[in-house]
Amino acid sequence: MPAGPSRVEPRILREGMRVLWVAVTAEPLVFTVSVLASALYAAMTVASAWVLGWATENVVLPAFQEGRTTAGALATGALAIVAVAVLKALGVAGRRFYAGLMQYRMQARYRRAVTRQYLRLPLAWHHRHPTGQLLSNANADVEAAWAPIAPLPMAVGVVFMLLVAAVAIVLVDVTLALIGFCVFPAIALLNVVYQRRLSPLAARAQQLRAEVSEVAHESFEGGLVVKTLGREQAETERFTERARALQEANVAVGRIRGLFDPMLEALPTLGVLAVLLVGSVRLEAGALNAGDLVNVAYLFTLLAWPIRALGWVLAEVPRSVVGWNRVRAVLDAEGALPFGELPLPGDGPAGLEVRRVRFAYADGAADGEDEGRAHVLRDVSFAVRPGRTIAVVGPTGSGKSTLTTLLVRLVDPADGTVLLDGVDVRQARRGAVAATAALVPQQTFLFDDTVRGNVTLGADVPDEQVWEALRLAQADGFVAALPHGLDTRVGERGATLSGGQRQRLALARALVRRPRLLVLDDATSSVDPQVEARILEGLRAAQSAGSGSTVVVIAYRKATIALADEVVYLEHGRVADRGTHAELLERSAGYRDLVNAYERAEAERDAVEGEEVTA
Amino acid sequence: MTASALDESAALESALRTLRRGLRLSPEFATGLPVTLLLALVATAGRVVVPIAVQQTIDRGLRAPGGPDLAFVRAAVLVSAAVVALTAVSGYLMNVRLYRTTESGLATLRIKAFRHVHDLSMLTQSGERRGSLVSRVTGDVDQISQFMQWGGLMIIVSVGQLVVASVLMAIYSWPLALLVWASFLPLALALRTFQRLLSRAYTAVRERVGDMLAAISESVVGAPVIRAYAVEERTARRIDESVEAYRRAQTRAQGLVALTFPSSELVAALATAAVVVAGTLLGAGGHLTAGELVAFMFLVTLFVGPMQVATEVLTEAQNAIAGWRRVLGVLDTAPDVADPGERGHRLPRGPIEVRFENVSFAYPGGPTVLHGVTVDIAPRSRVAVVGETGSGKTTFAKLLTRLMDPAQGRILVDGVPLDRIRFSSLRERIVMVPQDGFLFDASVGDNIRYGRPGATDEDILLALADLGLADWVAGLPQGLDTPVGQRGESLSAGERQLVALARAYLADPDLLVLDEATSAVDPATEMRLQRALDGVTRGRTSISIAHRLSTAEAADEILVFDRGRLVQRGPHSELVAVPGVYADLHASWTAQRTV
Ligand SMILES: Nc1ncnc2c1ncn2[C@@H]1O[C@H](COP(=O)(O)OP(=O)(O)OP(=O)(O)O)[C@@H](O)[C@H]1O
Ligand SMILES: Nc1ncnc2c1ncn2[C@@H]1O[C@H](COP(=O)(O)OP(=O)(O)OP(=O)(O)O)[C@@H](O)[C@H]1O
Ligand SMILES: [Mg+2]
Ligand SMILES: [Mg+2]
Repeated sequence: MPAGPSRVEPRILREGMRVLWVAVTAEPLVFTVSVLASALYAAMTVASAWVLGWATENVVLPAFQEGRTTAGALATGALAIVAVAVLKALGVAGRRFYAGLMQYRMQARYRRAVTRQYLRLPLAWHHRHPTGQLLSNANADVEAAWAPIAPLPMAVGVVFMLLVAAVAIVLVDVTLALIGFCVFPAIALLNVVYQRRLSPLAARAQQLRAEVSEVAHESFEGGLVVKTLGREQAETERFTERARALQEANVAVGRIRGLFDPMLEALPTLGVLAVLLVGSVRLEAGALNAGDLVNVAYLFTLLAWPIRALGWVLAEVPRSVVGWNRVRAVLDAEGALPFGELPLPGDGPAGLEVRRVRFAYADGAADGEDEGRAHVLRDVSFAVRPGRTIAVVGPTGSGKSTLTTLLVRLVDPADGTVLLDGVDVRQARRGAVAATAALVPQQTFLFDDTVRGNVTLGADVPDEQVWEALRLAQADGFVAALPHGLDTRVGERGATLSGGQRQRLALARALVRRPRLLVLDDATSSVDPQVEARILEGLRAAQSAGSGSTVVVIAYRKATIALADEVVYLEHGRVADRGTHAELLERSAGYRDLVNAYERAEAERDAVEGEEVTA
Repeated sequence: MTASALDESAALESALRTLRRGLRLSPEFATGLPVTLLLALVATAGRVVVPIAVQQTIDRGLRAPGGPDLAFVRAAVLVSAAVVALTAVSGYLMNVRLYRTTESGLATLRIKAFRHVHDLSMLTQSGERRGSLVSRVTGDVDQISQFMQWGGLMIIVSVGQLVVASVLMAIYSWPLALLVWASFLPLALALRTFQRLLSRAYTAVRERVGDMLAAISESVVGAPVIRAYAVEERTARRIDESVEAYRRAQTRAQGLVALTFPSSELVAALATAAVVVAGTLLGAGGHLTAGELVAFMFLVTLFVGPMQVATEVLTEAQNAIAGWRRVLGVLDTAPDVADPGERGHRLPRGPIEVRFENVSFAYPGGPTVLHGVTVDIAPRSRVAVVGETGSGKTTFAKLLTRLMDPAQGRILVDGVPLDRIRFSSLRERIVMVPQDGFLFDASVGDNIRYGRPGATDEDILLALADLGLADWVAGLPQGLDTPVGQRGESLSAGERQLVALARAYLADPDLLVLDEATSAVDPATEMRLQRALDGVTRGRTSISIAHRLSTAEAADEILVFDRGRLVQRGPHSELVAVPGVYADLHASWTAQRTV
């Protein structure tokens, strides 16, 4: 499980403002428009009250007094009311739309940034971060980070109202102003308490949100295992536990928020009442006249509105900061593989050399106490001349797949070097290794795309070439039989294909690129012996025609091994022996055991049966 | 983007029906509703009364005809302060109650939907994208909270306020009241259209979220392939498209929202203007006093307020309904492979006998992949299933374990039709190790324990010893406590299969179905494992699918599939002797070994 709730910043508010500033500087134009619209809306709200009062004084009351009215006066009154409303409507529409536009643009921008990191960060980072959590980072956390944008323009738009009203109050009566302005420190205090109390709770809620997503994603991905073992109820309980924890966390957040909102609403009104109370005393003392007190009271009611708008923003700040920190954690993650400058030119098969390579999955393994176990590969060296084939053989868990990931530079060794055509792969420029070498991984992965898309991966390859690769991978037959041929969608992870069909598409994907180095990690494990034999024949033919590649093949079957010019036998991450198949058979007991296992089993079985017969 | 089969049912019904059904799904929403409603009324009334009280204090106290009435001012201030406090307190209590009930209701909804996803048949599940399914139990449910925590009550309160204001308006002047209602009529009609558009827009938003999560999930799970083939840019483009589609959908919905609000502003202004004009005319005619008109205008503001709140709530409701729709889409989909439940048979323990009677199967929308398979599998027999890739072996295994139901024919287990056996019994007695063994992000021990929850570490070690895997576990860095990583990716492929096999073995089934369960294990280990399995599964029925024919050679009986038909059956010694599919397969197999 990754680290718990993200660290709570001591200065949440400042942090929150910085987050908002990021948004404002990213979308200055949209922000300005939405603030102007808000200001228009605010001004027109004040104006509409004023216009109504004006109409009452100048149109309605005179008419009542005189018992008649003119059409002109009536029309003026009605028009004024409607005109103000039109402006106000424009304001509200603009505010809503542009605030939304800004919010969604920021969300999209950060979703792109976060997913770009997912594509950039090394596989080791992915190993540490559950998929469900990454989904939550890109969705819920980005959303939380930008939630205060919606009320922001309003809060900024009414700031000038706040200033105008405040200045006006001070001009009328300083004492009353001082009493009334006590509201501000009170709000500040309330806010500090709120931010402090809420932040850890919001962090927890956001973390639980990610965990709920994590459990769901994992559980749905393992749906078949859940079903075949009848563990639906247990999975539901596992999910329930997280969902209920999230519920508790949300209620805890709600309890604080539920207190903050009404208090924030009450404070300005209490300010007005305080002003009236003190004002009445000063009135009695003759330090103030009634008209001024009325004015001040009115100005204070005007203040209430901007304060509430600010409150909306403040209320969202803690969650926003939490979301932002979680997003930043992804954006600031380090460790992408750096690329060099060198090209990997040439079009024939590539030469490969592995020099004293050491590799460990755990970061601290090198200085760990159990040195021997932590290293998955130790001191591995071998070389393959261009156009040759090498077989890597070794028992389960001996490090073969790990070795293949080093060859195509999915990871870098802790020590030692991998050289393609004499160039250290770390010095090769971006994309050069992928253009030279193709890996067919042990675990087949297909995209939710068409057959063609899965083979070409978007490269511009003519159909004949796709078919040729499919033919070589013995996949042309079943692809031709699919309802839409190359354009058939295969479903997520290739769900609509059989295991062997999926594997052959993965093989075709590598072959269609005509790689200069082909790395096959047990790439025919799911196909039947006949098809496998045909695939091997095809590869051999291509090889001898000279159009082939340098091949590194991981296999157990002797026919595959026999393709190889040399065999590297791995045991516990070390090269236990190297040589031709015949040599290894002769001198390496482990190797013999491994590749002759079937014959031995058969012989034993025959012996047992023989005994049974004679007995 | 592919449309989901889950969304068909709920997409057609009216928003109101969805809302009703959605509310019914979470009975928690209604707990303690009367008290919450009362608090809401007090809080809302307070919010209306406080400004009036302040106004009155100023008007009657400070602007009193005979000079300021300070005693009144002070008394009024105190009363107002009390009202403010009461408003705040009831607001707080209401909020807390609302948070509690809605969060509890939403959690229940999440859990129900989650459970239902697992109850869906394997085919329905694999037709959905994981990321999209995840959104149905996370973000889609979250959409409902906003509405439930604020809107649901506000609409009740607003309606109450509307009714009160309407009655009062009618009492003051019914012609003016009619006028106000008439001016709101077009808005009510327009709102219906708006709502329909909004509903569609929000539904699109939720679907785009699902698409986006699916795209991101794919890019994360497929990270090794994406890197190995340097297709980061293409993947990024695909993600960006989904992010952009989501943003466009959001913006479109927001555009509609931005149109809804001003329309209610405008109508309110028109109503006010109309009242001013008509009121003045009436007043000039002596039918209305000035005081009455001023009071009436105040009532209009009381009427307009809730009208605007209602518009906002309806918008929020559409958002919630879009969320509900996605959740209901899951819940409405009946599992097409249903558990007979309590009424179903419970099989006693003991060796299992299986009978396929003329079974045919086709995947939805595809050709028939199994044709009239009839076969008897005797209890205690060890059966191997072989055939070319794509010949229907996995399909056969999935039918046998009732992950799917046959299109034709029937399958009997111990003489009982498979679909009459309750799942709890079926899953206990028949266990399959699927072709790609999935592990959970936990320790090796926990993954094995998944087969039998109560098992202790000793049980697990014993089971591993039975399978000849004790040494292997002892060699792991932390033994049983070694974490396997996401999807088991911190183990090698072969090691993953060992864990999956141990997991199934620990479940102790009477029929074990192995679908290429050792395809990635090295031959020496595989043979050891096979020997161990032979020993421990003696007396049980086992069915193994394998391309390595060593398994077939050792089996009591071999079933040979070819293009969806069962073409041969019998023991190895018989089948190799006659020309046919098996003899060919076996020839390739031996050829590969004898180089
Ligand atoms: N991501 C990882 N984190 C930690 N350990 C790992 C990781 N991947 C593999 N290992 C460990 O490294 C060792 C070598 O794994 P690798 O996948 O290279 O074996 P392999 O030779 O390919 O085995 P197989 O024949 O089963 O495919 C194993 O012991 C495995 O548990
Ligand atoms: N979910 C699915 N939807 C549609 N077609 C499918 C689906 N699963 C499998 N098929 C098709 O059904 C046929 C039989 O598939 P099945 O998985 O049973 O083959 P198999 O014999 O197990 O092959 P393999 O040895 O490659 O695993 C194949 O042609 C495959 O494309
Ligand atoms: Mg491997
Ligand atoms: Mg299969």
